[in-house]
Order: sequence, then C-alpha cells, then structure tokens
Amino acid sequence: MADEPLVLGIETSCDETGVGIVRGTTLLANEIASSVDEHARFGGVVPEVASRAHLEAMVPTMRRALEKAGISLSDVDALAVTAGPGLAGALLVGVAAAKAYALALDKPLYGVNHLSAHVAVDVLEHGALPQPCVALLVSGGHSSLLLVPDVTNDVKPLGSTVDDAAGEAFDKVARVLGLPFPGGPHIDRVAREGDAAFATFPRGKADDGTLDFSFSGLKTAVARWIEARERAGEPVPVADVAASFQEAVADVLTAKAITACREHGVDNLLIGGGVAANSRLRVLAQERCDKAGITLRVPRPGLCTDNGAMVAALGAQLVDAGRRPSALDLPADSSLPITEVLV
Amino acid sequence: MLLAFDTATPAVTVAVRDDHRVRAERAVVDARRHGELLGPGIGQVLAEAGVSPSDLTKIAVGVGPGPFTGLRVGLVTARAMADALGIPVVGVCTLDVLAADVVCGAPFLVATDARRREVYWATYDEKGLRTDGPHVGRPAELVWSGLAFGAGALQYHDVFKSAHGPHFPSAATLCALVAEGRVTILEPQPLYLRRPDAVEPGARKAVTPA
Repeated sequence: MADEPLVLGIETSCDETGVGIVRGTTLLANEIASSVDEHARFGGVVPEVASRAHLEAMVPTMRRALEKAGISLSDVDALAVTAGPGLAGALLVGVAAAKAYALALDKPLYGVNHLSAHVAVDVLEHGALPQPCVALLVSGGHSSLLLVPDVTNDVKPLGSTVDDAAGEAFDKVARVLGLPFPGGPHIDRVAREGDAAFATFPRGKADDGTLDFSFSGLKTAVARWIEARERAGEPVPVADVAASFQEAVADVLTAKAITACREHGVDNLLIGGGVAANSRLRVLAQERCDKAGITLRVPRPGLCTDNGAMVAALGAQLVDAGRRPSALDLPADSSLPITEVLV
Repeated sequence: MLLAFDTATPAVTVAVRDDHRVRAERAVVDARRHGELLGPGIGQVLAEAGVSPSDLTKIAVGVGPGPFTGLRVGLVTARAMADALGIPVVGVCTLDVLAADVVCGAPFLVATDARRREVYWATYDEKGLRTDGPHVGRPAELVWSGLAFGAGALQYHDVFKSAHGPHFPSAATLCALVAEGRVTILEPQPLYLRRPDAVEPGARKAVTPA
C-alpha cells in the first residue's frame, strides 16, 4: 500500500549496527553489521570497541539497506532510532546519526525504546499485535516479562532478572564449557547431542511467586558441577551439561511466561530478543502454550536479535498512531525505563 | 555553503559560511551533552543564516583528538549529513583549529583536556605550523617551557606556567581554515590516540574454593 509510511530504523544499542526499512508492516530491508568478532577474545562486549565499530559501520550499513529496499533517502517518510536502553556510547552513535539524517532530509524522527521495538517487530512476521499480549524479552542484556496493552504507548513491566540476563548466563556457561563467545548459538548446537535430564540445575526464583528471574545461581551451580568433575579427574560431558543448563533456562523462562499470561488473563505470548533464537526455548514454549491454550508468536531469528527493522517497525506504528515525533535534543538514555515507548 | 562543527572538547561549536563570510555561529560548553546539543545547534545556525540543509555544499568536522564519546557525535553527524545530502565531508585536527586562533609570534603548544590527568597536545612554530603531535600524555612529562594555549594548558597551569586562552576551538575558524585552504585536510576519521580499555580475560577463576 503506497499510503503506508516508509520508515527507516537505526539500532546501535549493543554490538550490532542495524538499519532497517519498512513500509507499514512490510519489511523492505534489514541490514546488520556486527562487531561480535572483535569482542570474542574479551569474552563479552567491550563498549568502546562497539562504539568505534558503530561509527565505521553506520553509513555503509545505511547504503546497503537503501540499496536492498530499492529506495532513496528522499523517499523516506520518517526515521526511528533506538534511544535506550543499552550501552550509552553505542546508543549515542545511532542517535546522533539518526538526527543528522532527519535534519538533512527534514523528516520527523522518533526516538524509541529498544524493548518495545523487540515486541513491535512481530507485526512484520505475523501481522497486527493482539492487544493485549504478554512479551518475554530475553537477550544478553535483558530478561523481562511485559504486559503490552498497546506497544505504541502502554507497556507495563511484570518482572525481570534480578541479576544476570539469560543471554549473559549462556555466555558465562559457554566459557566454563570451553565454548566460544557468544555462548547462545554454541550451547544450542552442542546441546542437540546432549541429554537435558543428565543433571538438574537450579531454577532460580522458580517458585517465589514473582515474575522475576535469577540466572546468577544457575551459572555458578554449573561451574561448581564442572569443577567437581574436573577435581575428581573425570571428563566433563559438555553436550549433556549444555543441554541440562539450557533446559533449566528454557524451563524457568517459559514457566513464568505462562504464569504471566494466566495471571493477567492474556492468551497471546510473544517472545523476542536474541535468546528467542534458542531452539529448545522455542520448542518448550510452543508445547506449554499449546497445553495452556495460549497463542505463541516468535519472530524468525533474524528479527529476534538486535536489528534496525524492529526499530523501523515500531516507528511505523507510532506514525500510524499519530504520535508526535521526538525533538532534536533527544538524549540517548542507557537506562530508559520500559514504560517509555517514545522519548 | 560550508557547515563546520567540532565536538572534540567540552565546547559544541557550529558555524556556517558562504563564499565570503561566516553567516552564523554558535557554541555551547557542556562536556556531557554533545549528543543533545549538536543537532539543535546545527538547526539553529542554519536557521539563523537562512540556509537550508540542501544549500550546503561541504561539511568540515573537527576529528580530535578528544574524549571519544563526544568526538564520535561530531564525526557520525558529519558523515551522516554528508551521506544524506550527497556532499563531501572533510576532517581537520581540532588542535590545529585552536592553534589558528592563537596570536603570539613565537613557537607555542596547544593542549586540550584528555581526562585521566592527561592532555591532548601539539606544538606549533611561530608561523602556526604544527611541529609535533597530536599526542596524548601527562602534562608533567611534557618538556615544554614556552607559551601554551587551550583549556588543557590552563587546567595544568602549575606545569604550563604561561597558559592562555582561547580555551576551545571555534567552528567559525574551522570554516575559514577550510574555505581558505589554510589547514591540513584529513579524512573524517577520529584521532583517538588511545586504544579501547579492554583486557583479555585470563584463566577462569574457580567458584569452589580449592
């Protein structure tokens, strides 16, 4: 539909420089430059390394996205950018770039919440979002349960991790198992050959009656288990440990997500964020949703990890909803509250 | 129509110049809000000059050295605006811009604050041509007894006994230097001078006591 807004989204909250282009709910381009390889030897994302990479990748990624979408910048109706939460220096590169494009092109700019964008992206895959829905957002930086009556202006926090993010636990356990950074895809891969019932690792806060998570104790329990084996001179069954750890994470995430749906009388669950690419989480969530009569929506992995299309998708919904664009003094806010969809 | 700005010091400075003169300029000193100040600053300078972004033919940006986060705001803004408008972008060493406003007729040093009790510095001859630098280092380790200029010199006046203003570079000067071809033109690439702080992890520490 030609009257749907053509929106360009920029994402730089962590280590991916993303530029996405959507027309309404249709994805036209989703280009990403990642600095993940530069962080691998440090075992985690180094903020200054990420910020430097964003500066170098910004214009080339923009050019690739425009080419992929077959449009020129002057065709764009509005721009959107992740204003937070995320790494302060990394966010600032994207926000400054977005302002520069908006200023040069004289187009409106929407500074948006990264977590809301992870929810909003699913319109590109599965159409309009059910209102309300519960969203489980799990990545290297976040583990949150949200009640989303309206992704353009009403997002309520239900629970979040009290210590490590789920993706962080994957990275740390991968390191203990001698697997590369980032841990998620590697644990997922080796766990396929492993026995998920081999060891029972703790499900932090599983029965505490809250919708919060804790993954720090799980990570330590896995490390202790491995050290005990090593001290006893026994080999560490990497695949079995990976599968058992992954099972603990997927179990507690999906159990609390279902509880959140039940407590709020919501029958639609959406899962987003990098950890949503985990194959066991997807399978277990589907099983439990089927059993509970809940409709599950999980975008394809390329839209779950950080990307510019999710920012563009939220921007297009804000344009449609008639929300006012951000001012040019829009700040990057590393700890932007979940409740602030638009800055 | 040339747009110039520099964000490598606490000053966010913006100017626009036509073929003959600077039409508008603006500077705000706030070391923590470069990202919030630059966009509106450019908007205001263009409006005051009666210039629309599409009238611009070139962008000049200070490439530092300077504290990284603020420095990148200027560089990514310059690159993105130039990309959007299809015009060239050039870089100039921030210390050269500051040096161009120094009037002294003798060799001199220019220094800006590099935080961590260090300064970014360069030296110039009596004609204002750069003779050394840019470098980053501790003021006390610098062997320089002559005239010194810039906020970095003023901040360490115990070391730089004859420290003077100007404190910060001026975008109007940056405009003039570029328009008149009086400065070394660089790629719009940041002069970081320091590597990122990052340490490769050593052997993993056990969580259970030995």
